[in-house]
Amino acid sequence: MTKADIALELKGITKRFSGVVANDSISFQLKRGEIHALLGENGAGKSTLMSIVFGLYQPDEGEIYVNGNPVWMDSPNKAIDLGIGMVHQHFKLVEPFTVTENIILGMEPKKGVRIDIKGASRKVKELSEQYKLDVDPMATIESISVGMQQRVEIIKTLYRGADILIFDEPTAVLTPQEISELLEIMKRLVAEGKSIVLITHKLKEIMEIADSCTIIRRGKVIETVEVAKTNPQQLAEKMVGKAVNFKTEKQKAKPQEALLEVNDLVVKGAGGTHAIDKLSFSVRAGEIVGIAGVDGNGQTELIEAITGMCTIHSGEILLKGKRITNQSPRMISESGMSHIPQDRHKHGLVLDFTVSENTVLQTYYHPEINQHGFINTKARDAMATRLVQEFDVRTSGIDAKVRSMSGGNQQKVIIAREIDKNPQVMIAAQPTRGLDVGAIEFVHQQLIAQRDQGKAVLLVSFELEEILNVADRILVLFGGQIVGETTPETTNDQELGLMMAGKHEGNDSNE
Amino acid sequence: MNKVMSIFKNTAVVTPFVAIIIGLLLGAIIMLIGGYDPILAYESLIIKIFGSSYDFGEALRTIVPLIMSGLAVAIAFRSGMFNIGVDGQIIMGSLGALIVGTQLSLPPLLHALTAIIFGALLGGMWGALVGYIKAKRGINEVITCIMLNFIALYISHIVIRTYMPQAGTQRSEMIHSSASIQIGWLSELMGGARIHWGFLIAILAVIFYHIYLNKTKWGYELRAVGLNPHAAKYAGMKVPNVMVRTMFISGVFGGLVGTFEVLGVFKYIAINSVTSGLGFDGIAVSLLGGNTALGVLLSAALIGGLTYGSQGMSFGAEVPGEIIRMVIAFIIFFVAAPGIVRLFLKPLQQKLKKKV
Repeated sequence: MTKADIALELKGITKRFSGVVANDSISFQLKRGEIHALLGENGAGKSTLMSIVFGLYQPDEGEIYVNGNPVWMDSPNKAIDLGIGMVHQHFKLVEPFTVTENIILGMEPKKGVRIDIKGASRKVKELSEQYKLDVDPMATIESISVGMQQRVEIIKTLYRGADILIFDEPTAVLTPQEISELLEIMKRLVAEGKSIVLITHKLKEIMEIADSCTIIRRGKVIETVEVAKTNPQQLAEKMVGKAVNFKTEKQKAKPQEALLEVNDLVVKGAGGTHAIDKLSFSVRAGEIVGIAGVDGNGQTELIEAITGMCTIHSGEILLKGKRITNQSPRMISESGMSHIPQDRHKHGLVLDFTVSENTVLQTYYHPEINQHGFINTKARDAMATRLVQEFDVRTSGIDAKVRSMSGGNQQKVIIAREIDKNPQVMIAAQPTRGLDVGAIEFVHQQLIAQRDQGKAVLLVSFELEEILNVADRILVLFGGQIVGETTPETTNDQELGLMMAGKHEGNDSNE
Repeated sequence: MNKVMSIFKNTAVVTPFVAIIIGLLLGAIIMLIGGYDPILAYESLIIKIFGSSYDFGEALRTIVPLIMSGLAVAIAFRSGMFNIGVDGQIIMGSLGALIVGTQLSLPPLLHALTAIIFGALLGGMWGALVGYIKAKRGINEVITCIMLNFIALYISHIVIRTYMPQAGTQRSEMIHSSASIQIGWLSELMGGARIHWGFLIAILAVIFYHIYLNKTKWGYELRAVGLNPHAAKYAGMKVPNVMVRTMFISGVFGGLVGTFEVLGVFKYIAINSVTSGLGFDGIAVSLLGGNTALGVLLSAALIGGLTYGSQGMSFGAEVPGEIIRMVIAFIIFFVAAPGIVRLFLKPLQQKLKKKV
C-alpha cells in the first residue's frame, strides 16, 4: 500500500483533560475511499479523538498525517483547508437563514461588495444534484426537516472542498427512513472518491455500510477489524469489553411490594413524536432495576417524567400506590423520591454554592433548617458536617465551594443529600459517569445498601458493565419502549448489547 | 499581616480598588492634556464634599438614591436578571408618593408613611410585572424593562396633567407639608441641606438586603436561581415565583428612590421628556459593588461623592465637571473588564508570592 492510499493517519495520539486520559496513544488509519467506523461506548474517547482531527483540541502527544504529510492541526480552519469536514451531532446552522446562506457562512463569495448569492446557490444546487441530496438552496433552515438539515451540513463540508468527512453520531437524531437515506448518501460520497469516518455505537449501521471498524474502549484502541470478517456479536463484545475484575459484592435481592409503578406512560419528545411510548414497568422494594439502552432512546424523558420535570401526555405513575403523575418536582420529592440526576453540574448542584448550601438544596424549607423564614445555618452546617463524615466526602471544609471539588466528591455530595432524605424510591441516572474506579465502587455500594434497606432503586445507565454489576433486573429501552427484560444471571453483555442496538434476537424488525 | 495579604489576593475585592485608582489616574491624565491641574482639581473635589456641613448633607442626599437604585439592580442581578427598568420603577414610586402627598390629608407622620408605602408598592408592582412577564412568557426582561420605562414616564405625565397640574408650569402641584420627610432640625443644622429620612431607610435597606439574601430561605432560593436555575428547578424550587418575588423587591427599592425624591427633596414632579437616569447609575453602583450589600453602600458613596464633588472641581480648579463622569466611566470599564486589571495586578501578585 502506498502512502497516498491513506487519507488520514493518526499515530500515538494522547490527550489528557486535567489528569484524566481521554485518548491513550491512539493510532488509526483511514484509507482513501473507505467508510471507517469508530466504535465505542459513551465516554470511550471517540468524540475527543475526532475533535483533535478537526483541530478543536490539540493532542498532548502524537502526530496527524493528512495524505501522508504530517500536519499540526491548530484550528478547524486548518482542518478545512486540508480537506477535512465534520458533520456534527448537533448541527451548527443559523435557523432563519436559507440553506445557501448557511453554507457560505464564513466564506461568502463576493461580487464587488455584494455577496454573490446567485452564484453560490448555483454551486449548492450542483453539489446537491451530484450527490443526489435533493436540497432546496433557497429554503430556510427552520422550514426543513432534521434529515434535510443534516444534508445541509454535508453540503457545507463539500462546498469547502472536503475529501475526508467525519460524521459524529449522524443517525442519533434521524428517523429510520432518514437513516437509510443517509446511509445511501454516504455510499455515494465514497463512490465519488471521498473518505468517511463514522463515529457511532450502533452496530447495525456499521455492519451495513462500513468497510473497516476501529473499536475504542476507555481511550484505547482495542482493535481494527474488517467488517466483512466480523459479526455484531464480536463487535459488541469488543466494544463493551470483558467484565472488570472487581464485582460488587451483594446478596440476592428480596423484592417485596411494588413502590414505583409506571403504567402506559407516554411522553412527547421534540416535534411531537413519542419519546416514551406506552411504557409500563414497576420497581419493587428491595430491588434494583436497571434500564439499559443507548443514549437517546427515551432515558432522559423517562426520568424527567418520573421526577416531575416534564409533562406526561398520558398514562400514570404511582409512588407507593399514590398517583404522582404530573405533580410538581417538590411534591414528588416529598412523597419519597430521591433523584441523582444525569448531569450533576447542570441539575444536581449549584456549583458556586458551598458544600453546606448544596446539602439543603431540597430541604432548606423543612422546619429543621428553616426557622420563620431564616435559614438556621448552625443546623445546616451540622447536617453538612455529618454527611461529609458519613459519606467520606473529601473537601477542604463544608464552606468550600463545590466547584473546587473533584467529580467523585461532587457526586458524593449529591448522593449523601439524596440518601439522607430517606426516600422510598431512588432514581439514579448515570450515577458514575466520569468517575474513577474507586468512586464508582462507592456509588454502587451505596445503591445496593439502599436496596438492602428496602428501598426501590431505578438505575438508568449507558454502561452495560454497571447494569450487569448492580441491577437485579434489567429492562432494555429502545425507541421509547421496553424491548426486553432479563436478569444479570441469565444474560451477558453480547446479548444485551444487541438488544440495546435494537437488534432483538429473532426479531430484527424492531425499528 | 497575613490578613492584609489575603485581602490583596482576593481579586473580588482588589479589582474594584485597582479600577478606582486607574480611573482617577486616567482622569488626571486627561486633565493634564487639557491643561488643568489635576491635584488642585481632586483637592477641590474633596473640599466640596467635606468642606461645609451643607455640602456634606447635600452629598449624602446625592448618595441615598444611588444606594437604593444600586440595591434594586443588585438584587435582580443576584437572581440572574438584568433590571434596567429601575428608572420606570422610580417614576411609579414618585407618582405614588405624589398622589398620596397631594390628594390625601392625613396627620404628619402617618401621611408621609402612607405616601412612602404607596409609592414603594407601586414601584414594586411595576418591577413584579417585569418578573411575571419573564417567568410566564419567557420574554427577555431587558426589553420589557425598556418598554415599561417609557410607559411609566407617560403614565406619570397623563396623571399629573389631568389631576395634579400646577397652573402655568411644566410640573405637578406641591405635596402637602404633612407628607414631607425632610428632617427639619437636621436640615437647619446643616445649613439647609435637603437631608431626609430616606437616608435612614437606605441604611435599613442595605441591612435588609444583606440579611434577606444571605440568611433567609427566600434569599437562598434567589441565589440558587441566579447561580443555576436548572438545579433550582430540579430541587423543586418554583423558579417563576422566585423571579416575580425578586423583581417585586427590586421594584420596591426603585420605588423608594422615587418617593424620597418627591417627599424629601423636590416636593413635586417635573414633567420631563426623559427619565431620571438614576436607575442606570444603579447599574454602575451594583457592578462596582459586586452586588453585595457593603459593596453597594461603598460604591454608591464613591460615585455619589464624586458626582457631587465634581461641582467643586469646576468652581475651584475650573475643570469641567464632566471629567468626573469620565472617571466614573473608566472605573466601571475596568471593573467590567477585570482582565485588564488582572494584567496590572499580575506582576504585583507575583512579587507578593515571592516574598511569601
